[in-house]
Amino acid sequence: MKNNGLVSITDYSEEDILRILSYAEKFEENPNTKILDGKVVATLFFEPSTRTRLSFETAVNRLGGRVIGFSDAATSSSSKGETLKDTIKMVSNYVDLIVMRHPVEGAARYASEIASVPVINAGDGANQHPTQTMLDLYSIKKTQKTLHNLKISMVGDLKYGRTVHSLLMAMRYFNPTFRFVSPLELQLPEQYKLFCKEHHINYTECNDLSQVIDDTDILYMTRVQRERFTDPVEYEKVRNAYTLKNCLLENTKENLRILHPLPRITEIDEDVDDNPKAYYFQQARNGVFVRQAIICSILGLI
Amino acid sequence: MKMKTDNNELVVQALKNGTVIDHIPADKLFKVFAILQLDALPNQITIGNNLDSHKLGKKGIIKISDKFFEQQEVNKIALIAPNAKINIIKNYEVVEKVELTIPDEIIDIMQCINPMCITNKENVPTHFYFIDKKKRLAQCHYCERIIKEEDITLK
Repeated sequence: MKNNGLVSITDYSEEDILRILSYAEKFEENPNTKILDGKVVATLFFEPSTRTRLSFETAVNRLGGRVIGFSDAATSSSSKGETLKDTIKMVSNYVDLIVMRHPVEGAARYASEIASVPVINAGDGANQHPTQTMLDLYSIKKTQKTLHNLKISMVGDLKYGRTVHSLLMAMRYFNPTFRFVSPLELQLPEQYKLFCKEHHINYTECNDLSQVIDDTDILYMTRVQRERFTDPVEYEKVRNAYTLKNCLLENTKENLRILHPLPRITEIDEDVDDNPKAYYFQQARNGVFVRQAIICSILGLI
Repeated sequence: MKMKTDNNELVVQALKNGTVIDHIPADKLFKVFAILQLDALPNQITIGNNLDSHKLGKKGIIKISDKFFEQQEVNKIALIAPNAKINIIKNYEVVEKVELTIPDEIIDIMQCINPMCITNKENVPTHFYFIDKKKRLAQCHYCERIIKEEDITLK
């Protein structure tokens, strides 16, 4: 059972991705089963992430499993100086599966090497958050009926946004065309442009959303964070330039859907929420089904 | 004991049996020394540095008596001095020249440049894969950060 968890989206092949997505469809049809009856899952959140934790815990609860864990490092023994290794060794004794969020990058990979049970990475710093990527893929497939040959515009903080980086890597199997829309300061790092070139993925870069929005299937918005800017004036300017307003959607394609990993601050105006093209809340809901599929697959139950 | 003084090749003592690591950039000499953990060897070691070199300007050389390295060991040098020359000496003669190749992966030698990496936070041996040997691009097994050639630092 060891090491068959999910630490990085690159652990999954095309086949794995498609298999999980089809399981997730089954869970969406019927989310309440007793397949995890008698299983205990640990949710170890060394940094708070209410949304992700609730999604995982809902997934486990709807499958009839039980959850132990903590939601903040302050309430765990790591605040007493216990090493990650010791915490993982100890929790491994108690549970069938560990779900872990940790601010340190690579913490999940390390945990997967010392744990005697599988580990699911629920975010390790700026590095990976593979279940988010899987729910993004699920949302894309569900709304577009395919993953292939789509025009995907990614907007906002493309430099630090790990969801952007992981989604980009996972889409390599499906011949996407990317548009990277960001201010100069937050452009996609060279490493990922290189990745696109190596995998023959077409992309263009620009700093004006209106140039690409009308020819887009998936609009993937991200949060532009204040702390990324040294100059607050610059931040205000950028923030306003990358806010999606309802009026911008007028001439967009019928099948366009707007995704956002959430939480959003001001990058999507609230007037967009009622537009049928807004999909970010359903996207979050899909996270439960995808996590049910991932958990059951890892535990060998489906 | 033979001494060549007619050229710049050998101004340090000749070696009867052992390994000569030549053409080390002068500023990398002690890094090579460290990476092979030569300070832990009881063998006789002769070091020359800042010797004149046509190719490098200034070069370093290390001669280790009665020591023959595993290929894997010696490949570590490729990380910091890819153009170094490794000669195996038997009875004062060069019997073999070892080609350096960048290893596929390297454990507990390099340091991750990412301060937020688990290997810089807890007692975890570093582990890198060379994802592009030509460009000497290494990727951290843990935080997945890609390390460029100029950012390679040893532990």
